[in-house]
Amino acid sequence: MSTDARISARALARRRRSASLRRGWALFREHRSGVAGLVILGCFTAMALLAPLVSDSAGLSVTRSTGGILQPPDSQFWLGTDENGRSILTLLVWGSRISLFVGLLATAISMFVGTIMGLAAGYFRGFVGAALFRITEWFLVIPFLPLAIVIATVLQRGLLTIAFVIGITSWPGTALLIRSQVLSIRERPYIERAQILGAGRWHQIRRHILPNVMPMVFANTTLTVAVAILTETTLSFLGLGDPTRVSWGSMLEGAYSVGAMTTGSWWYILPPGICVVLVVLSFVLVGQALEDVLNPRLRRR
Amino acid sequence: MAEDAIVVDESLGSETLLDLRSLSVTYQTDQGPVPAVRGVDLTVRRGEVVGVAGESGCGKSTLASTVLRLQPATATVTGEVLVSGADVITMRWGELRALRWAGASIVFQGALHALNPVQSVGAQIGEPIRIHEPGIEDSEVTARISELLQQVGLSPSRAAMYPHQLSGGQRQRVMIAMALACRPALIVADEPTTALDVMVQAQVLGVLEKLVKDLDVGMMIISHDLSVLASSCDRIVVMYAGRVVEEGPAHAVFDRALHPYTAALSAAFPRVGDPAARFAPAGLAGDPPDPTSRPPGCSFAPRCPLAIEACREAEPELREIEPGRWAACIRVGEP
Amino acid sequence: MTIPASADVASVTTPKPRSGSGSRSGPGYRGYVLRKCLGALASLAFMIVLNFFLFRVLPGDPARTLGRGRFRTREQLEAFNRTYGLDEPLWRQFLTYLGNLARGDLGVSLRYRVPVSQLIMDRLGTTLLLVGISTILATIIGVWMGIRSAWKRGGLFDRFSTGGSLTLYSMPEWWLGLMFIAVFSVGVGLFPTGGLHSVGVDPWSPAGWLDVARHLALPVATLTLAYLADYALIMRSSLLDEIGEEYVTTARAKGLRDVQVRDRHAVRNALLPTTTVIALNVGFVVTGAITVETVFSIPGLGLLATEALKVPDFWVLQGAFLVASAAVILANLAANLLYGLLDPRVRT
Repeated sequence: MSTDARISARALARRRRSASLRRGWALFREHRSGVAGLVILGCFTAMALLAPLVSDSAGLSVTRSTGGILQPPDSQFWLGTDENGRSILTLLVWGSRISLFVGLLATAISMFVGTIMGLAAGYFRGFVGAALFRITEWFLVIPFLPLAIVIATVLQRGLLTIAFVIGITSWPGTALLIRSQVLSIRERPYIERAQILGAGRWHQIRRHILPNVMPMVFANTTLTVAVAILTETTLSFLGLGDPTRVSWGSMLEGAYSVGAMTTGSWWYILPPGICVVLVVLSFVLVGQALEDVLNPRLRRR
Repeated sequence: MAEDAIVVDESLGSETLLDLRSLSVTYQTDQGPVPAVRGVDLTVRRGEVVGVAGESGCGKSTLASTVLRLQPATATVTGEVLVSGADVITMRWGELRALRWAGASIVFQGALHALNPVQSVGAQIGEPIRIHEPGIEDSEVTARISELLQQVGLSPSRAAMYPHQLSGGQRQRVMIAMALACRPALIVADEPTTALDVMVQAQVLGVLEKLVKDLDVGMMIISHDLSVLASSCDRIVVMYAGRVVEEGPAHAVFDRALHPYTAALSAAFPRVGDPAARFAPAGLAGDPPDPTSRPPGCSFAPRCPLAIEACREAEPELREIEPGRWAACIRVGEP
Repeated sequence: MTIPASADVASVTTPKPRSGSGSRSGPGYRGYVLRKCLGALASLAFMIVLNFFLFRVLPGDPARTLGRGRFRTREQLEAFNRTYGLDEPLWRQFLTYLGNLARGDLGVSLRYRVPVSQLIMDRLGTTLLLVGISTILATIIGVWMGIRSAWKRGGLFDRFSTGGSLTLYSMPEWWLGLMFIAVFSVGVGLFPTGGLHSVGVDPWSPAGWLDVARHLALPVATLTLAYLADYALIMRSSLLDEIGEEYVTTARAKGLRDVQVRDRHAVRNALLPTTTVIALNVGFVVTGAITVETVFSIPGLGLLATEALKVPDFWVLQGAFLVASAAVILANLAANLLYGLLDPRVRT
């Protein structure tokens, strides 16, 4: 009898959750731009995951390149070659792995730090909360690119450094967003009730606050990925990326340093830039659509 | 002879300021057309205070917005809205702008949001004066603002303050002063006392009543609180699901309701100080019907204690039950 | 709709209005100014400390990172350490750093062999010119676009303007610069590919000014487009917020013309958050100029920083970072004070 009740309660919760997911998806589908972004992201993700199948990583090697120098597109090299005779298309496909990986890793770091700082700054009253808020505000006004440059210069160059630099400089926005959410949730009656019933801090955060904050974190994540990918591109362009890996940013650095704009080698500058714009724009569009779905206040407009 | 003259004066001679004739408003939404107001007839004469009562969602605020053609662009309006004889629905923009605030004005509900947060209240009261009387001297505008503030019982020094510096009751008084700025003949008060505590409610209502008497204007007060309307109105119109279900002299409607909905509404009220009761009348189970899928027959039937089979078949007409008292219910007047 | 990055920044740093009664302006505003100034001072102190530790504490041996392969022998390294006081205990180094900073001494450039402060002063004007013109242009055009988009939401203009702004937002601004060079400098030959002056033209003659204008045209266009995307999006979203407010309906009910409702009420209030974003962006002068100055070889602070990066010229990097942070803090303070003037709600 009691087992039955428990199972049905759990089934009920599951049904409710799947219903709300379906409702969310129906709302999301109304945003044509969001759906378009999702499709584009799907294509790029497939390209990054399937890179080893569709192209040979040997094509990345400078010494084993087969093409001519800065050769325009032809039937063999659909997007031409770079200054080392490597196929731009191959670089583009493999570069997507690095750009997406760094973007996602940096976002994970940023979201982790931002969520913890935001939760703590919002949940604790008095001195601790105020101090954490201050620290967040300080990090917010640090000029982002100069700091990233400084850290990237001081640390060993590499993918992890880049991801770390981006993550560590982009968390304050998330933290402040979450803090304001927590502040408003904390005032709701059920938190007080949980407190009176003797719920511990961790329990309150995990069971009551986190589930309410997560949707916002989720929507914010996609926007953070967009910023992270843009920053990765810029840092690589400035020569702060991993010198041993090809990303879209490092391709553009290569194009810039051989003067591809002056020699008219458009096939070297245009494709990586377009890829960056497409991916970043898709993340922004998906993020906006998600925010619209998850934030009922905005939905009414 | 003399008595006849008085009767004529009462019923016809008094100037009609607002005349709604079979007014219907329908919102176009993604889910299809949603009717908010369905065939409402209503008049307000000079010197008269008419109350419009009903739960939220019954169409009373939409009704108020049509008086100055302020309904959203997604709304389609049919019928006639005559303000001092001129039809607002078909009016040209220039005429409409001239009519707005000078011919009729609105005291909006929730005065904090209805006032611009970054302008002083004096500037906001003075704005319609400057708009409708171009070329007016600054000193005269200032004098008028002071006078208006005094009329609603505020010190003229408040003119320099910003809305957030005033209390809720003071803001509502500012709103009333603003509504009087261009000396309109008709004032529409949309939930003027909502969100105020009981003492302040009484004060604000006192100000409104005094103004109607002193300035000889016509007023339409919209509220969900029948007791508020009973104390300050001459006539009450009760709306349900976009239609008028009862109309009659204020005290008669409040004390001796004809329509079962009005009865439930008035039974819900005199409980002072319980804010929850104001939104969901007690003794009235269920919610108003979903406007997208209204049941056939009387809209109130699903919640009505007196409903019989016939109620669910045809929507009852508004009919005169006793002289001056109208109701839309087939069971009223049954033996 | 929410705009990422700077818009988020605006919404969180913008002082939240507080309700309740209080005194009008005067003492209220003075207290507000005092609070904000103290906050800015605290931020400045934090940046100064961070600046010190960033360069000395982060990974192990500063001399190795500072020198990066420049030292062949142990003696060379020790000599370097002695010269820059790196062999002293950390607290002594910190005190020296503070003392030098107080005197405006930011060290000597390893590359140019001149004081860093002098280098920065020399380059500051160029950056301010570039960023200043771009900001003014971007503000005017962006705010105008945002107003038009929001007022006729969903219309043809809105769709183009918002789509264009989002695309520009998603684009690395230096890549746009490269495109401009490829098309307008190399392709059409209208503008020079880089630099600030042509050789042999006196910069202080009318011909020289025209020359500078030609050199700045593309970088200014690049930065303007990058900024205006932000401004148009934030202006659009804050105006949409205001249009939904009830006081806008009140204004319409008063008999105001559509344009009066828009300009006197809705736009006036929507400008508040936009002002904050613009003021904050001005603070990111150095940041914004870094890549664009690099691409167009404009000798400003940004180019100074990227050049220092390649050496690496640490004292220059440290100085540039300090100036960049100070600019942000100052702009942030200015944004707050301006907001306090424009919005009576935050004063009390």
